[in-house]
Amino acid sequence: MASVGSHETYYVPEQTRLPFFASIGLVFTVYGLGSVLNDIKAAESTSTSTWIALFGFGLLSFILYQWFSTVIRENHAGMNSDQLKRSYVWGMSWFIFSEVMFFAAFFGALYYVRNFAVPWLGGEGDKAITGQMLWPEFVATWPVIENPNSAVFTNPEEALNVHEWSIAFFAKFLPFWNTLILITSSVTVHFAHTALKAENRKRLIQWLAVTVALGVVFLFLQVEEYIEAYEHYGLTLDSGIYGSTFFLLTGFHGFHVTLGTFILAVMLARAIKGHFKPNDHFGFEAASWYWHFVDVVWVGLFIFVYLL
Amino acid sequence: MSAAHDDHHHGPAKGITRWLFTTNHKDIGSLYLWFSFAMFLLGGTFAMVIRAELFQPGLQLVEPNFFNQMTTMHGLIMVFGAVMPAFVGLANWMIPMMIGAPDMALPRMNNWSFWILPFAFAMLSSTLLMDGGAPNFGWTFYAPLSTTYAPASVTFFIFAVHIMGASSIMGSINIIATILNMRAPGMTLMKMPLFVWTWLITAYLLIAVMPVLAGVVTMMLFDIHFGTSFFNAAGGGDPVLFQHVFWFFGHPEVYIMILPAFGVVSAIIPTFARKRLFGYDSMVYATASIAFLSFIVWAHHMFTVGMPIAGELFFMYATMLIAVPTGVKVFNWVATMFRGSMTFETPMLFAIAFVVLFTMGGFTGLMLAITPADFQYHDTYFVVAHFHYVLVPGAVFSIMAATYYWLPKWTGYMYDERLGKLHFWLSFVGVNVLFFPQHFLGLAGMPRRIPDYALQFADFNWISSIGGFLFGASQLILLVVVIKCVKGGKKATAQVWEGAQGLEWTVESPAPYHTFTTPPDPKLIHAQ
Repeated sequence: MASVGSHETYYVPEQTRLPFFASIGLVFTVYGLGSVLNDIKAAESTSTSTWIALFGFGLLSFILYQWFSTVIRENHAGMNSDQLKRSYVWGMSWFIFSEVMFFAAFFGALYYVRNFAVPWLGGEGDKAITGQMLWPEFVATWPVIENPNSAVFTNPEEALNVHEWSIAFFAKFLPFWNTLILITSSVTVHFAHTALKAENRKRLIQWLAVTVALGVVFLFLQVEEYIEAYEHYGLTLDSGIYGSTFFLLTGFHGFHVTLGTFILAVMLARAIKGHFKPNDHFGFEAASWYWHFVDVVWVGLFIFVYLL
Repeated sequence: MSAAHDDHHHGPAKGITRWLFTTNHKDIGSLYLWFSFAMFLLGGTFAMVIRAELFQPGLQLVEPNFFNQMTTMHGLIMVFGAVMPAFVGLANWMIPMMIGAPDMALPRMNNWSFWILPFAFAMLSSTLLMDGGAPNFGWTFYAPLSTTYAPASVTFFIFAVHIMGASSIMGSINIIATILNMRAPGMTLMKMPLFVWTWLITAYLLIAVMPVLAGVVTMMLFDIHFGTSFFNAAGGGDPVLFQHVFWFFGHPEVYIMILPAFGVVSAIIPTFARKRLFGYDSMVYATASIAFLSFIVWAHHMFTVGMPIAGELFFMYATMLIAVPTGVKVFNWVATMFRGSMTFETPMLFAIAFVVLFTMGGFTGLMLAITPADFQYHDTYFVVAHFHYVLVPGAVFSIMAATYYWLPKWTGYMYDERLGKLHFWLSFVGVNVLFFPQHFLGLAGMPRRIPDYALQFADFNWISSIGGFLFGASQLILLVVVIKCVKGGKKATAQVWEGAQGLEWTVESPAPYHTFTTPPDPKLIHAQ
């Protein structure tokens, strides 16, 4: 078995300063962030807290940069056996699974409020008594435009979902274009991968650049949509459960697209620098898996947040 | 790069940096175990405050709000700080040695998944000193108690939970990658020791549910600071949504804390019964079945919350199904002991106590699974007794059994058997005096999480408190045993125990800093 040889060369780094200092960066980041939030709530100055968070985040980013550089350097030096690379494959796959479950929590919340919580509040089904006792005038609709208690949670003016099945509507519907953009970007990143395997660096760089550009356009349109939501639709984070689910689902997705675009941009820079070989490009592969994952989440979002 | 290869044969670095910067699975395992023990003492101290206050009716020692902070912090620290890191520590120490791997698959990340923990718990513990006090809403932090009515420190609690989750996810990814990718040639899946199997499945559960926990605390964060209404019916949300998402994490979580315990006990009982484990295959399948079922039973924690009757029935029957694979396991342990040449060293005593007392906790779990009966038991001391039986003489006893079992392998010396037995018997008596009366208290209607109670509960409460103090104090014996054993004693052989089987017993004691840099002889790998 080939693995006998690879066991002997499995690279176990002797010592590393990276994780310990990354932990310090991480704890400063979250402690600072938590303090900022609490300061805002208590109407106090946030300057100290902001500096703590920035210091932590700066340290964390610096260390992560060092960490990835080290790993890339070691790989270039030939220290990574095939077996170690398989560990990376397992690692990334299970990381993506954990991300799937993170989104599952929010999709699950959406499912629950749409199918149970809101109808019950509206006086339907098994737990109709809840609605009858609390807010008897509340009518269950999805999206919830009239909140049960609109004195506490201001009503949105209009919903952002698909409410008209016509070409004219979809032509002006940003999420529809964003769906096309992301699906296209999944294809272009695959083209980049094919080019990489075919040792065509020029095409690799071109397709990767196109993918990054599509990611940026997506984010731009997403910001555009948020501005519209806030300014024209009155749909905000605090406008009840529709706004809550809408912004957290699309927001965390947008955050992941931002991260994915950044990762792909790094891969683009590495491709330009001449990194990656046809048979050795795990960094690129991991980035593209992540990108495909982000696309799949969007398709789910488009169906459950906008279409249905 | 030959330098990289030579590194394998270096010993540990000197001084504190050995521990801060280590990538060695044994060092990281030790760090996890020491950290866990520290948290066990801290969480235990909080428990002592609780039992002292409940020693007699009336408010004696602490304010009710502080009492709530104690129950909350006790639960959080024991679950996330003591039990989970202890099992991760055991996994770090033992899994590479059990499967003949040179180390964990991703050694640097291994260091990171440990070192973020002390910081997270420092942040969580620091909330005790903040204005408004520590989290006081129970370890299950139900909304709106943990959102609308929470102290300001809840923000730090949320971020601490995020970090703990990140630690668990990274640790689990590492464990899965190690088990799937680093096994020595000949170590097929069905030859893996059960401890490895149970951890493989536990790691899967962790990766599946820790992100859901992160999701639910994130919703809390947004409800508290950004005006969302996930858990507020006025905006169309639902506090019950919190409970669903929380328990979707929370129920697999309880199996996360017990499956590795099953693995430990399945290692110890064959050794001291000097027989092969009875029904190895069925043990593997039972573990997998329990893991699967753990995802579809969460709402049995919320029978009284007002669910449609179909939901109540589904969750009742699904929950009862868990008794089947669990029964398979208990049967197999007993069958392993049946007609074995048993001896009763400390690890075996803890393991046998585990089988008996965990099973009792399982039976009370079955009682609680019956929906109509649960309406009576819900939120009473019966529930407290139930989950403490599965967690203390269950999970914690298995960790102690594992500690005594592998301590000679870790230190190279035999521990003091007399002190070990003393520790066992005091713990065994203490834990039963502590928790058994709580069944009666619960059945008689004493609610959980209250600092004061009606007079008719007085007798069982002081008995329980005496048991608590006894159990708490006895744990210091463990500290003495471990320190003595690290310092010296009778030299341990490689095999340590006469009946011990498995790769970890083929290396000398103490285990060299690097083991299996070349894979072991496949002939050493036996069917389980």
